[in-house]
Amino acid sequence: MTVATGTFAPAPGGAPARRLVLRHARFELVQLVRNGEQLLLTVIIPTLLLVLFSRVDVVDLGTGSRVAFLAPGILALAIMSTAFTAQAIATGFERRYGVLKRLGSTPLPRWGLLAGKSLAVLVVECGQVVLLGLFAVLLGWRPSAANWSGALFAAAVILVGTAAFSGLALLMAGTLRAEATLAGANLVYLLLLLGGGIVIPVDKFGTGMSSALQWLPSTALSDGLRAAASGDLRWASLAILAAWAGAALAAAARWFRWE
Amino acid sequence: MTAALDIVDLGVRYGAVEAVAGLTMSAAAGAVTAVLGPNGAGKTTTIETAEGYRRRFTGQVRVLGRDPVADHAELRQRVGVMLQAGGVPGAATADQVLTYTAGLYAHPLDLGPLAERLGIDRLGRTPFRRLSGGEQQRVKLALAVVGRPELVFLDEPTAGLDPQARLATWELIRALRTDGVTVILTSHLMLEATELADHVVIVDHGRCVAAGSPAELVAAHSLVGGSGGTARSIRFSAPPGLDLAALLAALPAGAAASESPAGSYLVDGPQGGPALLAALTGWCADHGVDIAGLSVGVPAGYELEQLLLDLTGRAPS
Repeated sequence: MTVATGTFAPAPGGAPARRLVLRHARFELVQLVRNGEQLLLTVIIPTLLLVLFSRVDVVDLGTGSRVAFLAPGILALAIMSTAFTAQAIATGFERRYGVLKRLGSTPLPRWGLLAGKSLAVLVVECGQVVLLGLFAVLLGWRPSAANWSGALFAAAVILVGTAAFSGLALLMAGTLRAEATLAGANLVYLLLLLGGGIVIPVDKFGTGMSSALQWLPSTALSDGLRAAASGDLRWASLAILAAWAGAALAAAARWFRWE
Repeated sequence: MTAALDIVDLGVRYGAVEAVAGLTMSAAAGAVTAVLGPNGAGKTTTIETAEGYRRRFTGQVRVLGRDPVADHAELRQRVGVMLQAGGVPGAATADQVLTYTAGLYAHPLDLGPLAERLGIDRLGRTPFRRLSGGEQQRVKLALAVVGRPELVFLDEPTAGLDPQARLATWELIRALRTDGVTVILTSHLMLEATELADHVVIVDHGRCVAAGSPAELVAAHSLVGGSGGTARSIRFSAPPGLDLAALLAALPAGAAASESPAGSYLVDGPQGGPALLAALTGWCADHGVDIAGLSVGVPAGYELEQLLLDLTGRAPS
């Protein structure tokens, strides 16, 4: 077995920054698609919940169309599952297995890693919006005032919400053990699903409780999307999400440990 | 030759534990340097400091003339790293990880020949975590070299490899050297160091205890049992209790012979060389003495490991 002299002749250098980010985003996406648990969390559970809760009277959603309440809530859940739960678990295990450490010795800089991850999250979210939107329309969802400003506002709510949940995911993954992140991220997912105005209106919890719950990022995300669907620009929701995003990203930047 | 790695008086602490305590070593550009020592000697800490992972240290570390922390952005493009543990997502296939990593570099190696060379070209859709330990090691080695670095750090590249995989790895390291890549590797095995390395650095308790070419190390340090030895000594194993006086009578004048431990013999002569060897083997043939493991000059295998043990102590640290 001989290889011509010169095969390994040094030719160092990193790929251009844009390619680094795209490569990393693509790698993350391939990993996500190959990971059954992550698909369950990001695609199957939200779709099942949407169909189940809009067809079966499990929870009293008040008067009006069930799917009109559920569709924006489930969309919020899907965003949360991708940006928070799936990202926290994946990053936690990457940290545990030294993947982040090894990437630290490749030309991919930390900002490139984070940009690649964010890009992958946004691509998955686009898929979720299309898929869940399609199911919701099939189930009879007719956003009453579907207009450009509502759609743009919804996009802004999703973007800022994604930043908030990504910050929380990185904070958790960068400070806890991988197993604790796995358990914690699922627990938070469940708590936000039940108490975050996603499938159960927060006013079901009584006045005192509901006024506290509305400060949760999941409540702000689902409320903001629900309002946008009826043509209502709910800036308070956006402000709550922006505050969470700022705090969570700052905390993650401060305490994230790479190994 | 200029130094690709230059470490002067390095000190690294983990809390109260002093992992590296005043270590000085250097590695020439274009050469293979082996850092040897027992577990816990400070090898990995030293290497990871040079890789830029350890930020709090005392002393001087220069990699390719740069500061491993301050110039990390530049060095990460010029240096390849194989970590001792982990580094690859468990669910990804070897092919996915290699393709992805190659894409991070401007002029990566062709993946086909590289994978074939290392025997990792037919791993198919098996996720990394289900590969054997040896296959995982070779994937990690491929990741370290795929970006065509000037210098590679390989932390225990042959740990857990079967003989075939170890040979393939050694061949790759030799090819890297031939093509002008600086290689710095860690190992537990003196044999590996003498097979591969131009320069050996022996580390214990966070310090360099010996350094030099394999031949220099053997010449400069006495061998097992205090039996001494030079670059022309003859060593062999035979039944214990040979009549050394009778043997000496058959050897050229001025020769010396000793047995330590029982069954291990060392023969030295002022001229050494073929005449001494012929006289020795002739005497053994005449007396029906069965000899084994005969070596001349630089000792091989077992005895080299004895040298490492002598230099770093025999009790597990």
